[in-house]
Amino acid sequence: MKYEPTENEDIKLNMTSMIDIVFQLLVFFILTFKVVVQEGDYNVRMPIAAVDTESMDEPPELIRVMLRAGETGAISTIEVDDEVEVETLAGDTTAELYAQLNDYIDAKVSAGNDPESGVETEVEFDIDSNLKYRFTVQAIEAVSGKQLADGNVKKLVENIKLKDNSQQ
Amino acid sequence: MKFKNKKDTEILEGDLTPMIDMTFQLIAFFMLLINFSEVDRAEEITLPKSVLATPPVERPKYQVILNLDPDGEVVFAGNGYDISTLSPVLNQEINNAGRSRDRVPAKDIAVIIRAHEDTPTGTVQRLIAKCQEEEMENFKFRVKDEAYK
Repeated sequence: MKYEPTENEDIKLNMTSMIDIVFQLLVFFILTFKVVVQEGDYNVRMPIAAVDTESMDEPPELIRVMLRAGETGAISTIEVDDEVEVETLAGDTTAELYAQLNDYIDAKVSAGNDPESGVETEVEFDIDSNLKYRFTVQAIEAVSGKQLADGNVKKLVENIKLKDNSQQ
Repeated sequence: MKFKNKKDTEILEGDLTPMIDMTFQLIAFFMLLINFSEVDRAEEITLPKSVLATPPVERPKYQVILNLDPDGEVVFAGNGYDISTLSPVLNQEINNAGRSRDRVPAKDIAVIIRAHEDTPTGTVQRLIAKCQEEEMENFKFRVKDEAYK
């Protein structure tokens, strides 16, 4: 059977429609692109019924942190009560104040939180009701962990409670 | 006058390009029209910034996201509520959680509080107290994670 050789026709690709589609896709993805800001959580477990610590083998060591607000709703002073003494933290700026709180909690956890003893530390916040929420979050951050020089985070306290001041 | 019979009939091919164009246009239009999970996020709320907050690794079995603005208004599922009038909404969510596949009890429902950074903490505590009235006790304070810039 003989095949007659056919002439090679130039196949012309129509680029117009392809460019159209590319632009369509480009416009679509530009319009639907959305930068989502990463968000994180602080866990606060607040049981309605008081936890019976007397029945526990090792009740958690409780540290009360009092956050006092100024007239503008900004933080003015921080007091800590470890059931032995009440200490007022000093700091010229807000950042210094929270750094003091962070160091205090770090020292307490390092001293009393021997892994073999199993004693945990619990922090209860007593917060002025007019204190702006961002200062509360900063305080929670200060007791939650410590940022180390190498960029790692040292966890401090995970059990965080808020004293009910909602009726103030 | 003689007419020549045209025997070579050309096959009419429809150009699909404009149809595909229009399809994409419509898809883009409807995708922009639908707000994906926008009901869960009140854009006007500025969250406080934090470095140490842990990004949620896995979604809780059942969660309720409550947005709280500085005036004490709670935005839930796109609707605004006063804290004092929130009970029916919370009860509805508790019922939904109980009927869900995992049958989540009220105490295990993750209440995610997205409060504006200038909200008085007392208002946040009133919201927590309202949730506690409905036997909810697992709270998460959502903040803007500054570790991811």
